Amino acid sequence: MSTLLDVRNLKVYYKTPVGYVKAVDNVSFKVKEGEVFGVAGESGCGKSTLVHSLILRKPPMTHMGGQAIFKGRDLMQLSKEEERKIKYTELSIIPQYAMNALNPTKKIKDIVWDIAREHGYEDRSEVEKLLRERLAMVKLSEKVADMYPVELSGGMRQRATMVVSTLMNPDLLIADEVTSALDVTTQRVVLELLHYFMEQGIVKSIIFVTHDLALLDKIADRFMVMYAGKVVEMGPTEELINSPSHPYTTMLIESLPKIGVRYRETKLKGIPGYPISLLNPPKGCRFYTRCPYAMEHCPRVEPSLIEVGEDHVVACHLYGGESNE
Amino acid sequence: MGFKKYLARKTGVYLITFLFAVTLNWLLPRLMPGNPIEAMLSSNLGLAPGEKEVLMEYYSQLYGLDKPLWEQFVNFWVSLFHGDLGYSILYRAPVTDLIKHALPYDVVILLPAIVLSWVVGNWLGAIAGKNKKYDRYTMPLFYFLASMPYFWFAMLLVYFVGVRAGWLPYQGAYDPAIIPSLSFGFISNFLQHWILPFLSLFIVQIGSWAIGMRNMIIYELEADYVRYLEALGGSEKLLTKHAYRNAILPQVTGLALQLGLMVAGAIATETVFNYPGIGVLIMNAALSQDYFLLQGAFLMVVISVLAANFIIDIIYAFIDPRVRTSYTEG
Amino acid sequence: MPRRNRMETVKIAFRNRKFQFGFGLLMFFVIFALIGPLFTNFAWDGLYYEKVGKVELASYSGRHLPPMSREEIWTYTGKKVEVLHILGTDIQGKDLYAQLVYGLRTSLWIAALAAIIGTILGVSIGFVSGYKGGWVDEILMMVVNIMLVIPAIVLLILVAAYLSARSPEIQALIIGLTGWPWVARAVRSQTLSLKNREFVSLARLAGQSDLRIIFGEIMPNMVSYVFMAGILQFSGAILSSATLDFIGLGPTTMVSLGNILQKAIAHNALQFGWWWWFIPPGLIITLIITALFFINLGMEEVFNPRLRRGGE
Ligand SMILES: Nc1ncnc2c1ncn2[C@@H]1O[C@H](COP(=O)(O)OP(=O)(O)O)[C@@H](O)[C@H]1O
Ligand code: SF4
Ligand SMILES: [Mg+2]
Repeated sequence: MSTLLDVRNLKVYYKTPVGYVKAVDNVSFKVKEGEVFGVAGESGCGKSTLVHSLILRKPPMTHMGGQAIFKGRDLMQLSKEEERKIKYTELSIIPQYAMNALNPTKKIKDIVWDIAREHGYEDRSEVEKLLRERLAMVKLSEKVADMYPVELSGGMRQRATMVVSTLMNPDLLIADEVTSALDVTTQRVVLELLHYFMEQGIVKSIIFVTHDLALLDKIADRFMVMYAGKVVEMGPTEELINSPSHPYTTMLIESLPKIGVRYRETKLKGIPGYPISLLNPPKGCRFYTRCPYAMEHCPRVEPSLIEVGEDHVVACHLYGGESNE
Repeated sequence: MGFKKYLARKTGVYLITFLFAVTLNWLLPRLMPGNPIEAMLSSNLGLAPGEKEVLMEYYSQLYGLDKPLWEQFVNFWVSLFHGDLGYSILYRAPVTDLIKHALPYDVVILLPAIVLSWVVGNWLGAIAGKNKKYDRYTMPLFYFLASMPYFWFAMLLVYFVGVRAGWLPYQGAYDPAIIPSLSFGFISNFLQHWILPFLSLFIVQIGSWAIGMRNMIIYELEADYVRYLEALGGSEKLLTKHAYRNAILPQVTGLALQLGLMVAGAIATETVFNYPGIGVLIMNAALSQDYFLLQGAFLMVVISVLAANFIIDIIYAFIDPRVRTSYTEG
Repeated sequence: MPRRNRMETVKIAFRNRKFQFGFGLLMFFVIFALIGPLFTNFAWDGLYYEKVGKVELASYSGRHLPPMSREEIWTYTGKKVEVLHILGTDIQGKDLYAQLVYGLRTSLWIAALAAIIGTILGVSIGFVSGYKGGWVDEILMMVVNIMLVIPAIVLLILVAAYLSARSPEIQALIIGLTGWPWVARAVRSQTLSLKNREFVSLARLAGQSDLRIIFGEIMPNMVSYVFMAGILQFSGAILSSATLDFIGLGPTTMVSLGNILQKAIAHNALQFGWWWWFIPPGLIITLIITALFFINLGMEEVFNPRLRRGGE
């Protein structure tokens, strides 16, 4: 499998009056063609910043270093116009606010045509035909194309947005917390749709962002866990879920409801403590303040990513790598 | 479909409002202490001796003031539907005729002022919403304009443009020495007299439209649907187009809400320029306690405002799908 | 915590530039209205009064003078006093600075009173409407919508014209009685959104009475909102009152800003170029309304940060 996206040492900060918020700090990962790559972590750890920096960097978000090589081009170095061109057709997003993503006062076919035209499409009827086909594919009526988003229910709007986002067969689809606001049934529908898009070859790869590890189990081939702007662990889903290495990943997985155990009987235990501020993060391991295994040198020395299995890396001094002091 | 329901509901609301306004118009003088007709006739209208008794008689009969209240109320409506609004003692003419003559003057200054200020104000506000530097300099000006009483700005125009510079006439709708006709001379004279009253309404209104539009644009440009378009590679032009369209919608409703304030502006402005519209009628009627004229003018204003509101509501339903859908569900 | 610390909110508001500007400007005029009379020898009607025994007798020269004119007035008892007309005199020789200061007082008083009446009415009606819901809400909102469509100014003119004697308080009353629908509508929607918040539902579950919930839970969360509505009422009242005065339906017992302008027009001050008669009152009205605008703008930025622009 070839690599579709290669992110190397990416740093994306927010510029604020009191300093830089280091929301994505030296993050590297690869997304291969044909896979669903998951990004997990507590709210506020920089997941959205990471994926949005690939597609929509706007002040105060600032690129501070690193590359994101997508199909041979560095997304961080593209001119505005080049960037605009590859969006939608090659790189697309289903945003967290998918239910409100469509302009309420425009017919869905008009919204689609407005964007399609800016990507060089010339035949309106062809675009509309495609839209209708896809709507039918996701079990929406073809007539939805002629409707205003306000005329649809929330769940229908969500699906319509998914159709719109994937209409131009993007190579890479970013799905940021697309399931967070949904009830369990709708969540399943959304996951099934994403699977379906992959099967049909509508999209080649997906970056699936969530704070819910249980979902990754169902959809991701590989995933990475972020903590306070850093990658703490990355590897194949099965391996990470069954034998997590990093203390943080372990705690995240332990906090999940177990299969066969009724939710009400086990109290969902979160992880004690709060994440550190990203304004002035400490030099060493950022998980130090909450880590039950913390060692003396942990707050001073930053752990680097170490291979602990095939394609499985972890950033923690428990697995060695402190020798560089 | 939603639209019929919407139309029915709006029609109902405006009918009730109309009933209410007319009833109020009828009731108010009767709620006030004393007999309004007597008060009116004994005020300084310069009636000839004996004339007062005749008029008292005439009005008592016309409105059946000796009859029970409900009958007076019914009679009031009957004459209203016959287009009979009573007789103005001040002008010694039927109120309906007076209003018919005054109304065109209101239309010629108010309509262009409202429409153009809406267009220009929204345009300027949209620029301010997008361009921060321009925003910084123009917003204080817009706020100052929006704070100005219409009549004071009118007075400034009269003083600076009319009196000091002597560029334009500032009294009346045309030179009294010219006989109205469709000649070039008359039309140009009329237009010259028209400019200042028009400007005074036009310029002051620009301020509040610009402020409203500027805030709406900032709000809409940050809406989720704009971010989505941007994420999908929509050009700056496209984002702006979508945001503007949605930002302008509340401004259409705003137009309806502002009409009442514009009426106030028009009355005061006409007073300053002595422009012979309904505003001057209202002022003169109020000052000489010519109640029939006052009532008639009030009705005219209410009917115009209601009609304008109704039209705006209907247009709005066509341009904003949200209105129609809200009526399909419940 | 749904309830913000109130002092904290006030502090934040005072740190906002726009709020500072608006509040400062408004305070300037309030203080001017209070202490302005100290700088002139003239009474509210622009005349010079002299105490003769128990009565006060007015005297004036009747000369029409531009600003900063000094003149000598012969009083009733034959004394000669030198006086300064800071803003000149009107056509009858009455001091305009004195009229302006006292007129400002009247206008502020009327506006404040009208704003209080309108706000209290609007808040109560909006509250009841939003809190009770059902047919109470339907009926009240129907009344509100009717009142919003009928232009308030014509209603004001109609009522004012029927009253032969008009005090500032009466004017404030009728302005307040026509101004409330805006407040009612805004308060209603705010109440609706607060009503369904968690903390109110909790209070209701705990069996608290309606009144306790309204004053204990909902009201404290609406103070700033109601204050902003009150500010808007105030500026609306200044404008309405000036317009009424200008048409000639102002208080018959007092001088007010609109009143001065009306007299200026009536005596052709424009044509004769007596700018000191009509520029200052209009400018003051405009600046007061500008100040109120900025106060609201500042508060809106504090409470609705979406309107704040980056870096400001
Ligand atoms: N516009 C912004 N300005 C400053 N800090 C921001 C901004 N947006 C997000 N952040 C901060 O960046 C960090 C990462 O946020 P985000 O990427 O949204 O996290 P996640 O998606 O994982 O919940 C958070 O600490 C957040 O407070
Ligand atoms: S590096 Fe130290 S503090 Fe960080 S996770 Fe590993 S053991 Fe815990
Ligand atoms: Mg996020």
